[in-house]
Amino acid sequence: MLSIDRSIIDAIVAHARRDHPDEACGVVAGPAGSDTPIRHIPMENAARSMTFYEFDSMEHLRVWREMDDRDEEPVVIYHSHTATEAYPSRTDISFAGEPGAHYLLVSTREPDTEEIRSFRIVDGVVTEEPVKIVDAAVDPHAVQSYMFGQSPATVDYECSDR
Amino acid sequence: MAIEVRIPTILRSYTGGAKVVEGAGDTLSDLLTDLDSRHGGLKARLVTDAGALHRFVNVYVNDEDVRFLGALDAKLNDGDSVTILPAVAGGAFGFAAAAAIAQHSAAAAAIARHGDVREARVAR
Repeated sequence: MLSIDRSIIDAIVAHARRDHPDEACGVVAGPAGSDTPIRHIPMENAARSMTFYEFDSMEHLRVWREMDDRDEEPVVIYHSHTATEAYPSRTDISFAGEPGAHYLLVSTREPDTEEIRSFRIVDGVVTEEPVKIVDAAVDPHAVQSYMFGQSPATVDYECSDR
Repeated sequence: MAIEVRIPTILRSYTGGAKVVEGAGDTLSDLLTDLDSRHGGLKARLVTDAGALHRFVNVYVNDEDVRFLGALDAKLNDGDSVTILPAVAGGAFGFAAAAAIAQHSAAAAAIARHGDVREARVAR
């Protein structure tokens, strides 16, 4: 399962919408070993294409070094599909080079619908996982009232059966 | 003469899990041959059968992409730091077309794994 903050998801979706109809791509870094995405880094799509994305090689080096220096790793690697579903294409599968990362796909084919799915891609095998969106922006000191047992701060996106 | 080489996660199976290894060589090609003598199979993941650097592997000498330094002929000096990163790439693009552009053995291997003979033939 991928647990990710609502504000990061919003920033990723905004990036994807902004670059539409080109594909957008980026990383969310987190402390090494934590499996917690914290620092959103939108990347340049060097391919500037509606059907392909590729990190710029110099930006890639700079960002990966910076993560190394900060003892972080790429917890999430995301990109958008702009006319098709948020499911890894065979191109995505063959190029997936970070076996520890959550591959997050956003589809911007529907202007009003948020379509986000997350996958593990290891040795050419794709496994979908649920995405749990956590709303840390809710001020924990604010007065809130909700029913016992409810958890208003999280939204669970179950993965569909495939 | 020692050159520090940073190995990405996906290739650490060739280095016994090591993140950084040392090697020697006057050019990138020599360095990879030297590394392959201790980490068998590593070179084949970086260099095509035709003897060129894979399109979707990025190799840097210090802060420069080796594509701008002569690729496999890039000159190396003692104390240089070489970083290998698998390109982060993908997209909705048709697979056969991507494979044809990439001439990427990983892509060809993936086609073989997925058994799509028709597309594989187009890609070749």
